[in-house]
Amino acid sequence: MTGSEINQAVELLAKLPGLGPRSARRAILHLLKRKETLLLPLADALTEAAKQVRQCSHCGNLDTTEPCGLCLDISRDRSTLCVVEEVADLWALNRSGIYRGLYHVLGGTLSALDGIGPEDLNIARLIKRAQDQEFREIILATGATVDGQTTAHYIAEQLNSQNIQVSRLAHGVPVGGELDYLDDGTLITALNSRRPF
Amino acid sequence: MEWNDEGVVISVRRHGEMAWVVDLLTAEHGRHAGFIHGKNKNRERNGLQLGNQVDARWRSRLIEQLGTYNCELIKARSAILFHDPIRLIAMSSVCGMCYLGISERVPCRDVFDGVIRFLDALEQGKQWYSLYVTWELELLSQLGFGLDLKSCAITGRTDNLSYVSPRTGRAATSEAAKPYCDRLMPLPKFMVDREISSPAFKDILQGLTITGHFLERNLMQPQGRKFPRARLRLIEIMSSVNPESESVSSK
Repeated sequence: MTGSEINQAVELLAKLPGLGPRSARRAILHLLKRKETLLLPLADALTEAAKQVRQCSHCGNLDTTEPCGLCLDISRDRSTLCVVEEVADLWALNRSGIYRGLYHVLGGTLSALDGIGPEDLNIARLIKRAQDQEFREIILATGATVDGQTTAHYIAEQLNSQNIQVSRLAHGVPVGGELDYLDDGTLITALNSRRPF
Repeated sequence: MEWNDEGVVISVRRHGEMAWVVDLLTAEHGRHAGFIHGKNKNRERNGLQLGNQVDARWRSRLIEQLGTYNCELIKARSAILFHDPIRLIAMSSVCGMCYLGISERVPCRDVFDGVIRFLDALEQGKQWYSLYVTWELELLSQLGFGLDLKSCAITGRTDNLSYVSPRTGRAATSEAAKPYCDRLMPLPKFMVDREISSPAFKDILQGLTITGHFLERNLMQPQGRKFPRARLRLIEIMSSVNPESESVSSK
């Protein structure tokens, strides 16, 4: 038997991605056993994050500063902008360390069936950013899905009138991928996007 | 309950982190939804893109349950169209119309065959603009709301059909329609004569206006639904691409 506070904590934790009621209960038990070293620091960190973290008004990233650390970083290349669907995509690209330009988070993709239109995404802000700042290149890093590519085409069309090079991520064979194990869609896009050796 | 069928992916909705609810337009079982557990199924997940043709196995303890799908990709149609914004949106529009317009679990082999025929034409990229209008016209007919464009509703003549009634969906010759032509919709020739393979751009847009009127009245409005955004976007793009173009036979 457990108290209502523990039950509430389990219920809340079970709402997190990747956790169900059983794993949430295990996590809570683990935290309670390490109250001083884990539970209280975690509670403090979460409270602090809830107070401080906000969405950057420039790029849509989540950070404690406004504008965010990436937008403020003067060492970044301000002539390129990478457009991503979600903050998770931004973090993934930034983690790779290969891209040193600025970002723009759309907040999703256009969806024909879910009724998500351009006005529901940060597209107007992107177009304004492209007009106000002098970008040399805008990279459309949306997913290789029908909705992701439809969104990319829409943005490319909106940026058409501006003198900016618009590119998109390549589609094809993943690093470490063997052709025999790839699905037909990946093989088709890989062949379509082939380049001279 | 268990069955095996061929289907086209017409809707994919994420359910939690690693699962999806997928709607397929199947050959023998109509529009049918099912649940897909995505854990360790990257290959299956990659194939779940709109327009892709799959071999589906549906299982459920009771027939009224949602059931689960196991899908194997037959043809990756979406990947072929990724680079082409207009054809990609046309494919989304077809999927959206099927998802919103067709009742669930009602076998509709004709609709499935029509979708496959159109997707084949779309893949080849020839004359698909007029075929899209024809597909919508056939969809209306297959769902029991067909237009009668074979003969004039007033005189019975089969030549010079130039108008269609927005109320009855019947055609009329220009002479017979003269007194009422302000209340009728101009009927493009290619909708009557399927041999015309390269209609003018304005005729295709007029064709979409006609099919749009009847689809909205018969399929969308009764269910309180609106057209999928993809169809509206398709018309928007087609209106802006090249309105002066005389023919769109090989776009």
